[in-house]
Amino acid sequence: MKKTIRQPVIPVGPLHPLQEEMEYFQLTVDGETVTDIDMRISYNHRGIEKISESLQFDQVPLLVSRICGICSASHPLAYVQAVEEIAGVTVPDRARYVRTIIAEFERIHSHVLWLGLAGHFIGYDTVFMWAWKYREPVLDLLEAITGNRNNYGNLVVGGCREDIPDELIPKILKDMDELDKKMDMLTKAIIDDPILHARLKGVGVLTKEAAIKYAVTGPTARGSGVGIDVRHDDPYAAYSDIDWNVCSVPEGDVFAKAVVRLLETFEAIKIVREALKKLPKGPIKTEVKEIPPGEGTGRAEAPRGETFHYVRSDGGNRPVRHKARAPSYVNVPSFKASCIGQKIADVTITLAAVDPCYSCTERLAVVDKRTDEVLYDYDMLLKLSREKTEKIRKSF
Amino acid sequence: MNSEELRNKLSEIKDKLTKIEEPINNRIYLYCEGQNAYAVNKFLFEEVPLRFVIATGIDSDDCFEIVYHYSYDETGCVVNLKAFIRDRENPEIESIAPFLPGAQWIEREMHDLLGIEFKNHPDMRRLILADDWPEGVYPLRKEVKK
Repeated sequence: MKKTIRQPVIPVGPLHPLQEEMEYFQLTVDGETVTDIDMRISYNHRGIEKISESLQFDQVPLLVSRICGICSASHPLAYVQAVEEIAGVTVPDRARYVRTIIAEFERIHSHVLWLGLAGHFIGYDTVFMWAWKYREPVLDLLEAITGNRNNYGNLVVGGCREDIPDELIPKILKDMDELDKKMDMLTKAIIDDPILHARLKGVGVLTKEAAIKYAVTGPTARGSGVGIDVRHDDPYAAYSDIDWNVCSVPEGDVFAKAVVRLLETFEAIKIVREALKKLPKGPIKTEVKEIPPGEGTGRAEAPRGETFHYVRSDGGNRPVRHKARAPSYVNVPSFKASCIGQKIADVTITLAAVDPCYSCTERLAVVDKRTDEVLYDYDMLLKLSREKTEKIRKSF
Repeated sequence: MNSEELRNKLSEIKDKLTKIEEPINNRIYLYCEGQNAYAVNKFLFEEVPLRFVIATGIDSDDCFEIVYHYSYDETGCVVNLKAFIRDRENPEIESIAPFLPGAQWIEREMHDLLGIEFKNHPDMRRLILADDWPEGVYPLRKEVKK
């Protein structure tokens, strides 16, 4: 009997090896090298755009904040900006600043969360423990302001729901000083570690050309030298009043994306401090009575990239169409450019480097192309990734 | 390019457009018929060049609309291209994914949820709907109630 030669295929999922959310990647491999990747998502599709068409304009922010627990400031922010664009509403100054501060708290805790997970994944559990410990006070601050650690629900069309109490400001500043010191220590430990350089540099490179073609955003784009950031390019909230820098590095590898996130954490701390210093007095919302017919686009720089919302109104009290695009929706397909040619042990950290969020937008296994047999599952891939770090560590 | 130069650049393709609007500063709306969408998109992405953000498929009363959203990051301008597909029975449009891989998923999504056919799409499989979802039921169409 003639045998047909097939290449091994490695299924990864349906739970992401790092973020433990639902997605499925199928890697086609030749030996240890990945030759193709196929992705399947939507195991968690909740039909939010359809639900939104049945809700009133002021109910939608609470719905879209549930698109993602971590980006629960960015999605409502993009949405309310789209509706404010239709209604021609100007938001009070204090609300713009409160929005900025909440958005930056979100960025800090999201980036630090990613750092911890990435450390855990390559076998640096100390980084994991530290990072998550330092993240905790930020969540406490969010709780003190909005009442929730996640799903803050702090945004309404025309302003904010909860204000930052004056008596909390000294505590925020103190916590930011503390976090600044801790992150400085952690960053130096990471950036100076030769093992991490050997493990992460040159791994999962997304070139600038590919970043543009796949239309990626956020730290995924800025790690590949595409210096786009909605906060800078199309300023919203109070970003235009504050002096801060867009963090962009050209290398495109996993290390570059980590560096971008670390630098952005410091920028976020800086933005919070300055916003608190300039925080104007006054109301935090304006009354918006009716939403006229029209259409509007709103965007916000979420920790993972640009969140884009498009809303169309027919003059009624519900949107006739509401499109929400999370940054992972464009960042995840770029794996096609960054994973091919990689070794299996590097694929999982490459996938994680994008900080994909599948609730917003799903799985990984390795199958033998000749036999269709499943070669690796989650635990084996995690082991493989850690072993590679260990091997590098021993060679030093 | 500043805003003025961007407007001039966009007017180079105006023979393929039916209308250009700028209702508020930094938000430009371009209108075209479905058959011209491929050429206009190619111009926007490759010639201007703009960054592709996403596309929105809309079930309007008498037609299907696809709004392609682009961003010009130098001035923070959002350029929306509205393409109208008049044939409600067999909605069909040329896929832009062959030159813009970032649009592959959203075209698959619109195919799933609205039943719009994308000609020459490199990988037209279901993205959102489950494999056992019935054929011919498109959840984002207006006749489907929540």
